[in-house]
Amino acid sequence: MSIEWETVIGLEIHAQLATRSKIFSGSSTAYGATPNVQANLVDLGYPGVLPVLNREAVRMAVCFGLATGATIARRSIFARKNYFYPDLPKGYQISQYERPIVEDGTVEIVLDDGAHKTIGITRAHLEEDAGKSLHEGLGRHSGIDLNRAGTPLLEIVSEPDLRSAREAIAYMKKIHTLVRYLEICDGNMQEGSFRCDANVSVRHKGRHEYGTRCEIKNLNSFRFIERAINYEIARQIELIEGGGSVVQETRLFDPDRNETRPMRSKEEANDYRYFPDPDLLPLALDGDFIEQIRSALPELPDQKAERFAREHGLSRYDAGVLTASRELADFYELVVGSLGGETKLAANWVMGDLSGFLNRDNLEVGQSPVGAKRLAGLLARIVDGTISGKIAKEVFEAMWAGQSDADAIIDSKGLWQITDTAAIERVIAEVIAASPAQLADFRSGKDKLFGFFVGQVMKATGGKANPAQVNELLRKMLAGP
Amino acid sequence: MNPHLMTAAEIGRGLRAGKYTSIEVTRHFLERIDRANKPLNAFVTVTPERAMADAKRADAMIARGDGGPLTGVPLAHKDIFCTDGVLTSCGSRMLSNFIAPYDATVVERLTAAGMVTLGKTNMDEFAMGSSNETSWYGPVRNPWDGTKVPGGSSGGSAAAVAARLAPVATGTDTGGSIRQPAALTGLTGFKPTYGRVSRYGMVAFASSLDQAGVLAQSAEDAALVLGAMAGHDARDSTSVDTPVPDYAASLGRSMKGLRIGIIREFFGEGLEDGTGRAVKTALDGYRAMGATLVELSLPNLPLSVPTYYVVAPAECSSNLSRFDGVRFGHRCAEPRDLMDLYRRSRGEGFGAEVKRRIMTGTYVLSAGYYDAYYLKAQKVRSLINADFKRAFGEVDVLMGPTTPTPAFAIGAKVDDPITMYLNDIYTIGANLAGLPAVSVPCGLVDGLPVGLQIIGPHFAEERLLAAAHAWQLETDWHRKLPPLFA
Repeated sequence: MSIEWETVIGLEIHAQLATRSKIFSGSSTAYGATPNVQANLVDLGYPGVLPVLNREAVRMAVCFGLATGATIARRSIFARKNYFYPDLPKGYQISQYERPIVEDGTVEIVLDDGAHKTIGITRAHLEEDAGKSLHEGLGRHSGIDLNRAGTPLLEIVSEPDLRSAREAIAYMKKIHTLVRYLEICDGNMQEGSFRCDANVSVRHKGRHEYGTRCEIKNLNSFRFIERAINYEIARQIELIEGGGSVVQETRLFDPDRNETRPMRSKEEANDYRYFPDPDLLPLALDGDFIEQIRSALPELPDQKAERFAREHGLSRYDAGVLTASRELADFYELVVGSLGGETKLAANWVMGDLSGFLNRDNLEVGQSPVGAKRLAGLLARIVDGTISGKIAKEVFEAMWAGQSDADAIIDSKGLWQITDTAAIERVIAEVIAASPAQLADFRSGKDKLFGFFVGQVMKATGGKANPAQVNELLRKMLAGP
Repeated sequence: MNPHLMTAAEIGRGLRAGKYTSIEVTRHFLERIDRANKPLNAFVTVTPERAMADAKRADAMIARGDGGPLTGVPLAHKDIFCTDGVLTSCGSRMLSNFIAPYDATVVERLTAAGMVTLGKTNMDEFAMGSSNETSWYGPVRNPWDGTKVPGGSSGGSAAAVAARLAPVATGTDTGGSIRQPAALTGLTGFKPTYGRVSRYGMVAFASSLDQAGVLAQSAEDAALVLGAMAGHDARDSTSVDTPVPDYAASLGRSMKGLRIGIIREFFGEGLEDGTGRAVKTALDGYRAMGATLVELSLPNLPLSVPTYYVVAPAECSSNLSRFDGVRFGHRCAEPRDLMDLYRRSRGEGFGAEVKRRIMTGTYVLSAGYYDAYYLKAQKVRSLINADFKRAFGEVDVLMGPTTPTPAFAIGAKVDDPITMYLNDIYTIGANLAGLPAVSVPCGLVDGLPVGLQIIGPHFAEERLLAAAHAWQLETDWHRKLPPLFA
């Protein structure tokens, strides 16, 4: 009898907060600078220097807490996590341990079958990032780049509520959307601004107690997370079914070999000797500060999707796709605004042609060569019957390539739709005259040939004839006098 | 001209009256250092060039009429304060090559007040010690008796001022490191309220206890220097943002009606007879000035020493992790790999007492021991705090001895850390509770000075300075010089 397994996953997401300066010093947080130029005496851990908390990082953490319905701690505490490593200048990382700033939040994810699931957020705490060790091109030596040291991170710890790699991805994407909506993280996974550790265990379905977990460190792409978790699930099940047991350990994912490998065992784990950092007073937040942040929160993705479904008559699915990124949703709303409605048409174009072209050219919404107003200008010509949807695609392509506005392109290429009944009738008459055999077959009952005649008429008009009129007139004229 | 027979305040007055220049005064002290530093070992670094430049600038300030009470007055800084471009060793081999790239806030502010930096004074390694014997640069000798310790950890500052190699000096006090050496060398040693003076640029020992202060010849000098050092600093999150009063203006306050609490626990076993007698005589003196003496008990105060020796090492074990041989400080020769770099750099760079405390601190923070040691110590710390709070509900200040005995012989306690630690038994409480406290000279026992300690509630610096000053108006213990340096 084969046993049914259940996977239990919890994620620890590290979101780099989009502050201009570091969490405890005035150095810049900009990515990609020459090594160590963005490290001042505080970042270097010089004797005598002291940390001063960045207020903006606190505001961003509170933003996240409010957006996930979490409890914002009126008093939270910074602690020192002690361990030696060359890219950790002070020999300890300032983090929050026993009293984090955010506790007990939730987000809702949509599963593959369309069902909704609530995922608990145990806590989110502020901490500083470490620097980077560089091992390439330095011979026997290693280099240290401390530009990243002291960059503010929000570590978001989920409850072990996720039951598959797919759910983990859905959750991660949800948090990714959320932090970008809140403009507290740029979400750039390649630069490491948004990454996660996954705690994975398996158990027999129906059991309450958790299996022994392994932690997979530093996953920085959605694809890797999925592959790493699935590998890990298979590995653990195989191990147990083979009579062995899972050992609690930290593992690393190797994307080249598509496997996870042990990094250190529980026994080798550091004793971090956490204790409250005496250089920083407990962080006390007053109600006004929190309320000010609450009142400045933007509309959140779920609220926006709900509004699009309710007020715009979009399907929940479409509303979800459009609101997955704040920029895309804003673009869609701008199109609708300029167009004065036509929400479904706008949604189809934004999700369809626009998104397709953006993907093809690897561009962000903000970089689209066709802006929202210009797209609305094009769609207006569909709405008023000047061009058909098909012609519109041609015009859009020309606009994308940089050829001015929809109207100018329609004009210069003579793409105006033919709506003159007499003109269309003339073409239909010519088509019928040129296809006597098909006409006879149609009249004897081969209804399918109607499409053939439509095609011939459109071909003859270069696609410019109004499709609705073509249908109506064809039906009349094919029926005979 | 004998500026070494003058207090800092007196030198300042003479400078502004045009009796002499800062350059002359500075040269005078530099010459004294030249002659006397070798046997005393009070200075790790003398900075004649910086001193002469500072003096020149001060003379110009005075000439312009911009001089304050301290403009042109020389001073020495404990070698724990970072000084731009100058060795800042912290008494350790670990930092014996460390040229600080910036000035500590304390240094910056005193320089801005026109003071002249003569050099950097010897100290117990990383301020860990009560005798100045743990310094990588060797022990400091007590100017009153060269076979005796000057106390610690600010022993170099104490010896420098006691021998009048500098009119005044900065110090730091984590468990008594200003007050104990002040008592043992006949000085006025003031430790302000925690948060009153910025810790920025002060190499950290135990961050929740460390506080900068001053070793001076008189309460008046302490008031002037403290006033120039104190105040909010945005670079230190624990520095307190309340205005700094004019400390010198508070000096004339009468002692009439002052309620003085006599801490019963400070007069028990371990207090040497002569020291006890001198302190009691001083208390009688305050009664004679119109103060009321109230005997009271702080029952948790005897737990100060064990509490301190959990909290301070815990913080130091973490604070000293940055000394890893990677970015600054001592690095071992030819490290084989990372572990070897860490082990040998730290093994060679730190002395025995520092290692002892790092190990103790690492232990008390370890998984499984944290609750039993660190957490419990924090709880006891709040109890001690509560004891003081209760006491200050009844009295204005607390008084007692600063140390159990006068200065002891160099080498006498060096192999017995527990006996050494008990030297701070009367001073540690104020650090645990973050209270201001001052030690003032109150007598000589067999030719060695002893101190009266006055502890006040948070931010009662003025009250303490007034009490110290009132005593100094009545007595001349603070005017006595070590015979060899008169």
